[in-house]
Amino acid sequence: MSDWQGETIADLAGALTRRETTSVALTEWCLERIATLNPRLNAFITVTADRALAAAHAADRARAAGADTSALHGIPVSLKDLIDEAGVVTTAGSRVRHDVVAATDATVTRRLREAGAVFVGKTNLHEFAFGTTNEDSGFGAARNPVDDTRVTGGSSGGSASAVASGMSIASIGSDTGGSIRIPAAACGVVGLKPGWGEIPADGAVPLSRQLDHLGPIARTVTDAWLVHETLAGRAPRPDARLAARPLAGTRIGLLRGYFAERLDTEVEAVFDAAVETLRRDGAIVEPVEIPHARDIGPVYLHLVLSDAAAYHAATLARRPGDYTPNVRIRLEMGRYVLAEDYVRALRGRAVIAREIDHALAGRDVLLCPTMPVPAPPLGATMVDVGHGQTEPVRNAMLRLTQPFNVGRQPALTIPCGRTRTSGLPVGLQLAGASGHTSGLLEVGLSVERALARR
Amino acid sequence: MSDTSPANDDRAAAIARWLAAAEADADERGLPELKPLLQGLAASTTALRAADWNDDADQVPTASSREADRS
Repeated sequence: MSDWQGETIADLAGALTRRETTSVALTEWCLERIATLNPRLNAFITVTADRALAAAHAADRARAAGADTSALHGIPVSLKDLIDEAGVVTTAGSRVRHDVVAATDATVTRRLREAGAVFVGKTNLHEFAFGTTNEDSGFGAARNPVDDTRVTGGSSGGSASAVASGMSIASIGSDTGGSIRIPAAACGVVGLKPGWGEIPADGAVPLSRQLDHLGPIARTVTDAWLVHETLAGRAPRPDARLAARPLAGTRIGLLRGYFAERLDTEVEAVFDAAVETLRRDGAIVEPVEIPHARDIGPVYLHLVLSDAAAYHAATLARRPGDYTPNVRIRLEMGRYVLAEDYVRALRGRAVIAREIDHALAGRDVLLCPTMPVPAPPLGATMVDVGHGQTEPVRNAMLRLTQPFNVGRQPALTIPCGRTRTSGLPVGLQLAGASGHTSGLLEVGLSVERALARR
Repeated sequence: MSDTSPANDDRAAAIARWLAAAEADADERGLPELKPLLQGLAASTTALRAADWNDDADQVPTASSREADRS
């Protein structure tokens, strides 16, 4: 069996087009990886091997018959297990839903299926996407493939682990406060949170409908673009390529203040070195602040607690013991938020969104680390955030990603190096203007190439 | 610098009353582990209510309040 580890969708689409391999061979390779690695990493809740092989055979038959194919035709992908795939259980990482079989595909699932993607399984997540570590899952914690004593990050931890370890070529996650970008950064892969409303979220179990986004986790920026285009209903051809935007002259707003404080010293060093690389390649990097940045946490918390409490109220009253203890208690907390504070948070969301838009005016992207810390050890409750300070794990992991859920702008994480002492991945985050996700990805591709050339 | 204005005192008192009631309710429901989280929520709510986009019915709207209205 060939070794496809490290191959991209772009590579594999070419290999499939040239008949150098088949979808069945790729799918069997991913299923073998799952059989070998999943007992240790716990990235998948459900593996749909028979369905995947049937879909792969169908993809190969269609190709042989001369069907007009897309870049994802015959490519093995996974779905975070809060996204519906008809005929398969959608657990949302909770025992509450252990037997809830989806009647229909989510729109994103349908679009991938129509593009010829092969679904190998449903990935683990922090229960109901309500956490940043993927430890509180009704199906056990996911483990980081880079260091299995560390968390994957979350909530889309199984998706990031699956992509990083070659159990699927790409995965679809959801992101309410950072749940695509956090695990992607923690596991050393690319994650894209599109702009709000760009990708339909129907058929996905919600956490907060006004902050939820669906998007890809992939090995490269180009792969993230290929999947994003497919999710948006514009399935690209196998030879479609994203055009890089030259870094020379690209205007980058380097987020300071709230975004540059309390960083793990090794994360800070890796990030600073990456920024220097971009400067050397001609990017115009200038500091920028968001005036109400310190209010982002309170705004986010009041919105997400209230929205989640409303969605879970009836089930929580009937069967509280079926939730994991930490998620249950956070959902209970949401029942105490007053309506007047929810309204204050809604108005704050509008203010912060405009301030981020203003920071982007005249600039191509904003830049900051994706997380202030590398992947924390399993079981940690506090993390070192530099200069002798500590912070609760959840607060630290969310701090730099949630602004772009509150603001709703597209945001992308790209691996930018590893910590010196523990070799853990560090992610660099780029945010772009609403409605310009392709432009963000074009800059992201140049950044990825510049960092690879070092 | 801490805000010692009367409005801030009123806010702090209102949140203290809300927190006391919430903690009593948590105890009554057999959820004492909720109390530290409620204390964290109270701190967050204090910050939210102090934000300058919040309206005051007998005052001219702030620049941030007008900004929120434009969205």
